[in-house]
Amino acid sequence: MLSRVADSLYWMSRYLERAENTVRQLDVTMNLMLDTGGASSEARWQRLMASLGKATAVEWNGDLDSMASTLVFDSLNPVSVTHCMNGARENARQVREEISSEQWQRLNRLFHQMHSPHTQAQFRSNINDALASVLDGIHLFKGVSDTTMIHGQGWQFIRLGRYLERAYATATLLEVCQADLFHPQEREHSGYQYLELVGLLRCCTSFEAYCQVYTAELSPDRILEFLLLNRDFPHAILYTVEGMRHAIEAVQRTGGRRTPDELIAVIGRLHAMLGYTTIEEILAGDTAAFLHTIREQCMHIHSLIYRYYVQYSIQSALAS
Amino acid sequence: MSAGQPVELETMYGDYPLDQAFDEMREAGGEVRPHYRALAETLAGLPPDELQRRKQSADLSFLTQGITFTVYGRDEGTERIFPYDLLPRIITAQEWDRIERGLTQRITALNLFLRDVYSEAKILNDRVIPRELVYSCKHYRRQMRGLQVPRNVYISVVGSDLLRLNTGEFVVLEDNLRVPSGVSYMLTNRRVMKRTFPQLFHSYGVRPIEHYAQVLLATLRSLAPEGRPEPNIVLLTPGVFNSAYFEHTYLARQMGIDLVEGRDLVTHDNVVYMRTTDGLKRVDVIYRRVDDDFSDPLIFRADSSLGCGGLFNAYRAGNVTVTNAFGTGLADDKAVYAYVPDMIRYYLDEDAILPNVKTFLLAEDKQRQHVLANLDKLVVKAVGESGGYGMLIGPQSTGRQREEFARQIEANPRNYIAQPTLDFSRAPCLIGNRLEPRHVDLRPYILFGDKVNIVPGGLTRVALEKGSLVVNSSQGGGSKDTWILDK
Repeated sequence: MLSRVADSLYWMSRYLERAENTVRQLDVTMNLMLDTGGASSEARWQRLMASLGKATAVEWNGDLDSMASTLVFDSLNPVSVTHCMNGARENARQVREEISSEQWQRLNRLFHQMHSPHTQAQFRSNINDALASVLDGIHLFKGVSDTTMIHGQGWQFIRLGRYLERAYATATLLEVCQADLFHPQEREHSGYQYLELVGLLRCCTSFEAYCQVYTAELSPDRILEFLLLNRDFPHAILYTVEGMRHAIEAVQRTGGRRTPDELIAVIGRLHAMLGYTTIEEILAGDTAAFLHTIREQCMHIHSLIYRYYVQYSIQSALAS
Repeated sequence: MSAGQPVELETMYGDYPLDQAFDEMREAGGEVRPHYRALAETLAGLPPDELQRRKQSADLSFLTQGITFTVYGRDEGTERIFPYDLLPRIITAQEWDRIERGLTQRITALNLFLRDVYSEAKILNDRVIPRELVYSCKHYRRQMRGLQVPRNVYISVVGSDLLRLNTGEFVVLEDNLRVPSGVSYMLTNRRVMKRTFPQLFHSYGVRPIEHYAQVLLATLRSLAPEGRPEPNIVLLTPGVFNSAYFEHTYLARQMGIDLVEGRDLVTHDNVVYMRTTDGLKRVDVIYRRVDDDFSDPLIFRADSSLGCGGLFNAYRAGNVTVTNAFGTGLADDKAVYAYVPDMIRYYLDEDAILPNVKTFLLAEDKQRQHVLANLDKLVVKAVGESGGYGMLIGPQSTGRQREEFARQIEANPRNYIAQPTLDFSRAPCLIGNRLEPRHVDLRPYILFGDKVNIVPGGLTRVALEKGSLVVNSSQGGGSKDTWILDK
C-alpha cells in the first residue's frame, strides 16, 4: 500500500477517535456540573481541557454554553470536534479510492451534519441529544469500516491509529484525574465522590463493563486497574496496546520485505510493562510517572511507524 | 403505451420556444418525437410535486456520495455538486451507429497524425497541413520526436465534443486529447438515473455503460511495456485540490488500481517506483491526469512539484508507459482541428463521417479580414484553451469586448480561430416544476488500446442558463444521463 495512503488512513482514524473522545468527555463534564457539590465548574472545565491535552484550549469564561459550543464547533481550535472531523474527512478524501463507498458516505454525512445550521440549532436547544447523535455517527462509521472494508493493510493502519490515539487519550485522562480521584481530600464516601468516579468511567464508556467485572462497588484502585490492565475491554490501555501489536504483526505478514524490529520491540516492551505488573505495584510506585511513561511510549511508537512505513529514506529502500 | 396516442403535456411546458434550433424531444410542429414518447407519457402521469421530490433526492445522493467538483477562487463551500438534470437525453441506435463509426475513424486518423508528426512528418512534407501551423503549436513537444510509443498509441483516452445542428446532423466541435474529464459523471448519472426512473429505464432498452472502468483497465494493460506480464498500473493525479479529483479517485477505485501523486513516485536508473509501506514498488503503466507541463520538472516546467523528476527519461527508456502520451495536445489545437477532415482523407483515404464545424484560421490574411469584419456574428476561441475560457461569443458580446479581441487577434493571429455562432440543439430540462429547452452537447469517451472502443453513451452537458451557449461546468453548466437505445 502507498505510504501516503497508509498515513492518511492512520490519521483519519486518529482524528475520529479524538473527536469521539472530546464528545464523550464534554458530555460527561457537563453532566457532572449539574450537581453543585464537589469540584467547582471552573475546576472541572480546566480538568476537561487538561485531559484533552491542551490546558488552555478554551479558556474558562463562565458561560458554559458558549464554551461548549466553541469546543464543538470552532474549527480553528485543535481539540474541537469540528476540527477533528474536518481532519478525518480531509484525510479520507485523499484516499477515497481506498475506503469503501459506505465508509465515505458515512463520514461525509457526519461532516455535513457538523456544518449544517440545523445541527448548531440543535446544540443550542438540546446539547445532550446533539452530542449523542454525533457519537452515533462515529460508531456507525466504525461499524461500517469493520464490515465493508477489506481487512488488509489499510484496515490495519486504521486500527493502529484508533488504538494509539485511544491509549494516549486514556493515559492522559488518568494522569489528569489521578491527583483528584485517587487521593481525595475527604476519604469518606459521599455521593459526590461516587458521581466523580462514574464520570471517569463514562469518559471511557466503561461504567457498565466495570460493573460486570467488579460489581457497582466503585473504588479508585479498581477503576485504575480496570482502565489500565484489563485484557478484554476495548478502552483499557493493555487491550489497546495488544491491538497495536496485532495490527503491526498483520501489516508485517502482508508485506514482509522488511521487519520493523525496533517498532515491534517498543510495542512489546509497553505490552510487557502493562501485562506483567499488578495494580498494587503501580500504586506503590509513582503512579503519575507510570502513566506519563505510557504516553511517552505512545509518541515513540508513532514516530517509529513513520520511520518504518511513511518517511523511510529512499536509499535504504533501494538497498533492501 | 401506444405510440400513436397524443400526450397531454401542455401543462408541463414552461417557456418552450420551438424555433430553428433542433429540439431533441419535439418536432418543429410541437409533437413529441417517437423515441421520447414513453418519457413524455411518464412525466405527464406524475403528480405535480413528484419531479421536484425526485430531483431533491438525486441531489442529496450526489452530495453524500461526495460527487463534487472544486470551484476555484472561493474559500467557503469550495465543493459543489455538478448540477444534474433529471431528464435523460435519448439517442437512437441509428444515430449512435453513425457517431460510433465517425469517432472511430476520426480517432484513428488523429493517432496516425501524431505518430507521423513525431516521426517522419510526411503529412507536412506533402504540404497537406502547413508546417508552420504544427511547429508553432504550444502543445508540440520536441522531446517526443523519434520516440517509440507502445503499440504506436498516443491517445488512449479521448473525449470528443459533438453538437447537433438544426439539420439534425451531429458535428464535432473539438477533440480532447490531453486529459479529458467528465466520465465519472457519465457513470454516476446513470447510477442515480436507475434509481430515479427505474421502470422507465427498463422499458426503454438502454445500452449499458457501466463496464467503462473495466475497458479502461484493459486498455491500460494492453499498453504495458514488454516483459511485464503483471503490470503495476497507477493513476497519476495532481492531488486533492484539482477540480477533477473526485473523478480520479472514482476511476482508481473502479479499476482497483493505486491513485498516486507525484510525491509518491521516485525514479532510479530510469525506472519509476512508488513509495509503499513495504518499500519501493516498480510502476509499469501510468494513466496520467496531470498536464504535460507539470509532469516532469526536469523536462517540462521546472517550477512544478506535481509530477515526478526523471519520469520522461524512464518513459523514453521504455521502462514505463505513460498515457496519454506527451505532446498529444498538438492534435486538439483548435487551428489544427480545421485540418482533421484532410487528415482523414490523407491517412485513411475516406471522407469524414462526422463533419467539422466551419473554422476560420486567423493566421491567413483573407480569413482574418473576414472575421474581423464580422466579429459580432462569430465565435472566437483561443486555440490552446479549454473549459470555456478565452472565448468571445459575438452576438452576446459588447463593443468593447470585440475591440479587445480584435486587438489580441492582430497581435497574435495564430493563437485564435473563429467559427460561426452555432444554433445547436436543445433538450428539455426540468426548470422549477416545468420543462424548458436548454442547449446541450455530447461528449462520448473513446478508448484506444488494441483497438478503438467506445462505450455506448457519453456525457450530455447542458447550458442551464436560459439562452446560454456555454455548457462547461466551470461556467454554470450541468449534465444529463445519456441513453443510447438498443434498437
